[in-house]
Amino acid sequence: MSLPAYFPILLLTILAGAFAVVSIFVANRLTPRRWTDVKVEPYECGITPEEMPERERFPVKFYLVAMLFIVFDIETVFMYPWAVEYKALKAFGLAEMGTFIGILLAAYVYVWRRGGLEWAE
Amino acid sequence: MTPFNVPPIHLSGIAPEITLMIAAFAVLFIGVFTNDRFNHVVQPLVATIGFGIAIYWAVVSWGIARTAELQLSNMVALDRFAIFAKVVLAAFGVLTVWTARDHLSTHHLRDFEFYALVLFCVSGMMLMAASADLIVMFIALETFSIALYVMVGYRRDELAGQESAMKYFLLGAFSSAFFLLGIALVYGATGSTNLYGTPGHPGILSFLTGSSALDVGLLLLGMAFLIVGLGFKIAAVPFHMWTPDAYQGAPSPVTGFMASATKLAAFAAILRLFDVAMYSLRWDWRPYLIGLAIASMVIGSVVALVQEDVKRILAYSSIAHAGFVLTGVIAANDAGVSSSLFYLATYGLTILGAFAVVAAIGGRGERRVRLADYRGLYHESPLLAGAMTLFLLSLAGVPITAGFVGKLVVFIAAIQAGYWWLVVVALAMSAVAAFFYIRIIVVMYMSERLEPLPEGGGPAPVVLGAAGRAVVGVTALATIFFGLIWGPLIGLAGHATLFAG
Repeated sequence: MSLPAYFPILLLTILAGAFAVVSIFVANRLTPRRWTDVKVEPYECGITPEEMPERERFPVKFYLVAMLFIVFDIETVFMYPWAVEYKALKAFGLAEMGTFIGILLAAYVYVWRRGGLEWAE
Repeated sequence: MTPFNVPPIHLSGIAPEITLMIAAFAVLFIGVFTNDRFNHVVQPLVATIGFGIAIYWAVVSWGIARTAELQLSNMVALDRFAIFAKVVLAAFGVLTVWTARDHLSTHHLRDFEFYALVLFCVSGMMLMAASADLIVMFIALETFSIALYVMVGYRRDELAGQESAMKYFLLGAFSSAFFLLGIALVYGATGSTNLYGTPGHPGILSFLTGSSALDVGLLLLGMAFLIVGLGFKIAAVPFHMWTPDAYQGAPSPVTGFMASATKLAAFAAILRLFDVAMYSLRWDWRPYLIGLAIASMVIGSVVALVQEDVKRILAYSSIAHAGFVLTGVIAANDAGVSSSLFYLATYGLTILGAFAVVAAIGGRGERRVRLADYRGLYHESPLLAGAMTLFLLSLAGVPITAGFVGKLVVFIAAIQAGYWWLVVVALAMSAVAAFFYIRIIVVMYMSERLEPLPEGGGPAPVVLGAAGRAVVGVTALATIFFGLIWGPLIGLAGHATLFAG
């Protein structure tokens, strides 16, 4: 291992550290502070915040939908290269893909039967 | 275009894992097409049959594995070490399923998904023990970790469960990132993620033995990151911060499972990684692991002294035990590997039994888990108190229990490797640790029984169904049996050698 070769990395580390420290320092000194009620809200996004239920469980359905979307989205990602190289992969590719889709299908049946796809209770 | 050649596919190395995956899907399918009452009766049996078939596959490949080999493009090792670990992991899985059955019905929780999670989890752990490539190791790590995150927070509507699941998940994800960075650095150093490497394909082992290999700086950095990632899973100090909280908030059967199976899986990976693949770097990784071992033994034993919650006491005790097993890893000889396996197998059985007792005493909502709640348990349930005493004595390492033999063989291995001073530290810390185990025993026997208050307060009744009784009985018998007749199991562990490249 030659140390001079790593010199640029050391330089970059120092630069990055200095940048962080200087920006925090400068931002602290130069920023004007004018607090208003809207600004100190937890999520400042322009919409009046909803009252949160206290110590109570509430459904996060969109989260479940997002997760299911990712699962089946990834499936498509794997199918695309297989479709392109279908001829080269021959029966082996078909069998592998069949196994893969079979597992996903099983998960799909489970989610369906378990009520994961129903929006209202 | 180069033609695609199908690599040879032998599934004998991962037959147990595949079996468990199929069993998990079977559990999920039966679960969603039938009602809860049917599930409660049938599903533990389905899971047990799955584990049984997995054990069968593992046992029949014991003979084949006389000559260890790599399979599936050198991704998975078929050796007796992996088979031993798989059989023990499947046994832990069965015990967890039956402990959990009582616990889940007490809490009116839907249970079939829990059994599926145990099956998925053990499948990942088995793959961890057999993985011959860092990428496979990572996939296995995530497979069992994600299932564990869900299991830890299985009592969803309780704040303690949510807290522990959240802490375990966040810190677990953090440690996975360390592990991944370690893999990246190892790849950068050696040009491969394989632990062994074959002619034409580099690997860590062939990289270290083949070339003059003076340029290992990057590999050492990667190694340190891998130690962080795996150290988290075995709950070694200073990566133990999550342990007391996660162990306390998780349902007791899950806590037992984490203490036994997770440790075994992570230690299996550590043994393969450090005692085989990075064996020639042992003078570089030993200082780290010695530091972890001493810190774990000292902090685990000393901090447990001031805990008032039995689950937290056992959590700190599990940290200390990680330190004891690490002495076997540090020895880095054949005796070190086999004694670590023996230690993990017997410790796992004991801690599963102990947490089955904790689950029974905890009752509804696990409100009865403080040390004060164990007062006079002997008068209330002599058998349960007796079993708990046995488990605690084994954890303390008192003769005629399995824990004593485990400590003995691990320490002998360390002394053979010249680490007698590490053993002196370990013995001193065992003496410290004995104090808090005996403290629980004293509380159970020497105090007055807690009387139920007329307005319904006071101690909750002990909940122990037939399955729970069987688990406590089996683990108690095993603790005594391996304390008296340790020869056969140590013999098997001695045959359970790692594929050496």
